[in-house]
Amino acid sequence: MKFSLSWLKDHLSTTQPLEGILKHMLKAGLEVEAIDNPSEQLAAFTVAKVTQAVPHPDADKLRICTVETVDGTKQIVCGAPNARAGMTAIYAPLGAYIPGLDFALDRKPRKIRGVESHGMLCSTKEINAGEDHDGIADLDDALQIGQSAADALGLDDPVIDFEVTPNRPDWLGVVGIARDLAAAGAGIFTPKQAAPTNGTYDCPVDVTLEHTEACPVFAGALIRDVRNVESPDWLQARLRAVGLTPKSLLVDVTNYISIDQARPLHAYDADKVQGQIRVRLGREGEVLDGLDGKQYKITADMCVITDDSGVIGLGGIMGGQSTAVSDTTTNVFIESAWFDPLRTARTGRTSGIISDARYRFERGVDPSSCETGVQAAITLIQDYAGGSASKIKLFGGVPKLNQDVIFYLDDVQRLTGLSLTPEAIERTLHSLGLGIEKAAGEWILTIPDWRFDITQSADIVEEVARLEGYDNLPTTSLPAPVDGRKMVVTPLQQRTRTARRLLAARGYLEAVTWSFLPKHQAGLFGGGDDALTIANPVASELNQMRPSILPNLASASQKAANHSARDIRLFEAGPIYLSDQPNGQYTMVSAIVRPETLRHWQATQTYSVYDCKADLFALLSALGQAPDRFQIAAAEQSHWHPGQSAALKLGPKVTIAHFGALHPGVLDKLDVNGPLYGFELNLNSLPIGKAKLSKTKTKLDRSDLQPVRRDFAFIVDNKASAQQFITAAKSADKQLIAGVTVFDLYKGDRIAPDMMSIAIEVTLQPKDKTLTDADIEAVSQRIIAAVEKATGASLRR
Amino acid sequence: MSDIDRVETDIIATISGIESLDDLDALRVAELGKKGRVTGLMKQLGGMSPDKRKVMGPRLNQLKTNLTTAIEARKAILETAALERQLKAEQIDLTLPAPPEPVGALHPVMQVFEELSAIFGDMGFTVAEGPDIEDDWHNFTALNFPAGHPARETHDTFFFSPQGDNLAKVLRTHTSPVQIRTMTESKPPIRIIAPGRVYRNDWDATHTPMFHQIEGLVVEKGIHMGHLKGCLIDFVKAFFEVDTVEARFRPHFFPFTEPSAEMDVKCDRSGGTVKIGQGEDWLEVLGSGMIHPNVLRNCGIDPDEYQGFAFGLGVDRLAMLKYGMPDLRPYFEADQSWTRHYGFKPWLTPSISGGLSE
Repeated sequence: MKFSLSWLKDHLSTTQPLEGILKHMLKAGLEVEAIDNPSEQLAAFTVAKVTQAVPHPDADKLRICTVETVDGTKQIVCGAPNARAGMTAIYAPLGAYIPGLDFALDRKPRKIRGVESHGMLCSTKEINAGEDHDGIADLDDALQIGQSAADALGLDDPVIDFEVTPNRPDWLGVVGIARDLAAAGAGIFTPKQAAPTNGTYDCPVDVTLEHTEACPVFAGALIRDVRNVESPDWLQARLRAVGLTPKSLLVDVTNYISIDQARPLHAYDADKVQGQIRVRLGREGEVLDGLDGKQYKITADMCVITDDSGVIGLGGIMGGQSTAVSDTTTNVFIESAWFDPLRTARTGRTSGIISDARYRFERGVDPSSCETGVQAAITLIQDYAGGSASKIKLFGGVPKLNQDVIFYLDDVQRLTGLSLTPEAIERTLHSLGLGIEKAAGEWILTIPDWRFDITQSADIVEEVARLEGYDNLPTTSLPAPVDGRKMVVTPLQQRTRTARRLLAARGYLEAVTWSFLPKHQAGLFGGGDDALTIANPVASELNQMRPSILPNLASASQKAANHSARDIRLFEAGPIYLSDQPNGQYTMVSAIVRPETLRHWQATQTYSVYDCKADLFALLSALGQAPDRFQIAAAEQSHWHPGQSAALKLGPKVTIAHFGALHPGVLDKLDVNGPLYGFELNLNSLPIGKAKLSKTKTKLDRSDLQPVRRDFAFIVDNKASAQQFITAAKSADKQLIAGVTVFDLYKGDRIAPDMMSIAIEVTLQPKDKTLTDADIEAVSQRIIAAVEKATGASLRR
Repeated sequence: MSDIDRVETDIIATISGIESLDDLDALRVAELGKKGRVTGLMKQLGGMSPDKRKVMGPRLNQLKTNLTTAIEARKAILETAALERQLKAEQIDLTLPAPPEPVGALHPVMQVFEELSAIFGDMGFTVAEGPDIEDDWHNFTALNFPAGHPARETHDTFFFSPQGDNLAKVLRTHTSPVQIRTMTESKPPIRIIAPGRVYRNDWDATHTPMFHQIEGLVVEKGIHMGHLKGCLIDFVKAFFEVDTVEARFRPHFFPFTEPSAEMDVKCDRSGGTVKIGQGEDWLEVLGSGMIHPNVLRNCGIDPDEYQGFAFGLGVDRLAMLKYGMPDLRPYFEADQSWTRHYGFKPWLTPSISGGLSE
């Protein structure tokens, strides 16, 4: 909302300079967004008198002027045809920036065709203060040398733009702004209201209100024999200052009152209205040819103004072309109605029309201003366009929208910590236009018709606190929590932190990527459910909630590779979405590696799928999950390479993670080059141990006896899984066997085709006594038997 | 000089000229071995008169000791020299680069979340979370956004298609639904912060369709707006790690608070960076207010018995202000060089005792 300082002063008697007004706006909650102060931009320019103007000896079009300026007498070479002795002009000193030409004068006098010029005489266009560029500005001779140009040109009127919060539609009128600023202490509220008009005849236009919820009240008046002239300069200037383009008096007056009083009006050319005006709900199939030249389809939810020809206006939003006022309009009918905010908002959204009227009606217009609005319009129109006005006719009745509010005086201190006297509170409420009926400890307040935001005691507390000033509230640190301190983060959050730090320590860069991705990509990763499709995506390729973080990381890795990054390792700890229910969101830790053997003078190994497994297992260990508690099973998701991926399971039903190489076909559809390795761990599915009462760790179980290591090699079908060997070997003696590891794997010429040799090292850790050769032999036989039985392998001899 | 003296001088001179351990050993055998010269002299003792033996015995023993000592000394010298030669031969170029190792980093937003947890944790808040996909009631209605109210439009909400008769689900536009879930699921006193992802349909130089918020909620008897001011000023000082900060609170409008306030802090914007705690500019940092009685009622809390405040702020922007990232957009691009530059080392855990940042 824009308004100019002079406009504000129509309704606010104040001695405050601009800074003071801004300070009070801040205090009252009117958040200033921009200040356009022409006098600041014109600060360099002052009034000067040309005492002599003689032709330049070497240039026909130039004159050498002697000018009396704020800086003394100056010689200025001027090319304007109208430069003459005795003229009052605008002077720009050396070094001044000329905004309309976008250059600065030299700091030293410049010779123009051999004659020194000590400054410049300007046109209004050259200083961005008007359109006139036929010659230099020819000012009133009564102006004094040195007077500011802004002042001389009547431009000394700052325009303030501020944010109107949705709760305060009364700030959409300059009157409402003045009322609040007066209440905040910026001056005295002096609303300029039009005097009641004395129509000489009854309004002949008849209006029928057929839907009193949509439009309960409609004030109207006819003005005959007007001349729709250009608006007076002051009115045009005010409209321009707030960003509106003046059109004609009848239109400008309605716009002016809309901004002055937050009271939208509409002017009809009465001669173009056919028969009876009806305000009703729309009918399917009807259309409105709007004032903006576009045609709008009417729906049954819209409130429309109609005459015998059909729809001539969308209530509270826009009028129609067929009844619009024009330069030749002589009889004008003024509408000042009240339209239901919610319906207006819906109609606005459906039609897509953005107008000052809609903006006000959907936030709420003072319903009691219907008549005063027409009065103001009649007064202005008759002042400048003549004509004779009818009496104002009120159709329907002004709705009573606001209920009385019970205000508990104690609430001020209870909610704000402020200690104020009842007198101070009363003054504030009065200044806002509230009526007060006092009882002990509580007041019954009548709420003015322009305030829709005050419905209970807390709302009054806000009014009192903001007009007292938030600076005057106490500042008190929070006391210690009454119920003691608790663990700040949940176990899941703690795990997420641990996971992030572990992976970053292992060389991964943390990413945060969109929660959404293209629907077809979601489909590749097991998602794509319609319930998770965004109806109004910000971009068509971000229309589906992600079922996995991997596609985003894969795409990011490709983008990085395209920018010549090498050996890319990314991870993200964040949400995935498997349903639109709260329990359909999971916290995943996902990582992607796009390996590349970096050239180095020593041979280094390329990251492989087993490094990926090592990272995942390190992560599980860091999270307090011994990796060998999980079973390794075939991947259950189709975006993995079927031969180089696995699922980690806890029992047959719970899958906690997948890892391996991503499916080359899937990568292809993502436009990502492989190979790519990765894993995705579901933190929600990891078991959370019970909180322990004691933090004491279990006793260290360590034997002083030497461990014994024995190697066994087996020949087996080359499809066998190593996990079976390890599990079977361990099962041979769970007490004695402390570890089993695979140390060699061989497939090739020296053994039968389709077979492999797998060699394991078993560590035996005696607890009570040193093992004898017989003990070792006995357990070795048990290990061989267990492995052969479980795997069908035979000991390699 | 006796013969023995001559022999001793002669052999010691030879020893000191020997340059290899093998030669030294050969000399030892030749002089002191079973068939060696000195051994031969020792053998002659048996044929000497007792008087001569008395003189010659000790002299020969001394000769043997002196030669042994000289050999050992020479051996030590030669061994040291040999080791030095060997080590010299083993010299390698340590200016050659070490094997490459990947270097990881944490995302600044996630680090700032932890900083915020440390600060508010110290004030007795705990961290609460909720789903990103919300229903209309939790995201709007319960928060006192009436259906059709223009305040809803300011949120640029992402909608899903309605399923069945239910209202369309939304991507939460703020983390306030977590406040609602907390208040409906637990009883006061309540002190929580709700960090997380939020979404608005807006994408330009200063807005991204997804960003991060943290909100705070205090519901306790006797908590007033002065506590709100105190808590948030304490927070800003702790977060920006400055001793003093000048803050101002301005009235504003949020449907879910009454009275409502925005908080600005004094800063210095000269030189292209923002320095909090100095200068003459004001910077808006957050929105806040006393919880609206309607919101408390919607959550089954009696506003005449309990009261409290809430606040919310954008974490991405907060991180920019503190750490100087010039642009919001790279936050979500998984850009490697950006993350390495603006990211954090994995072992930097923000804490009140150890400090929030380096």
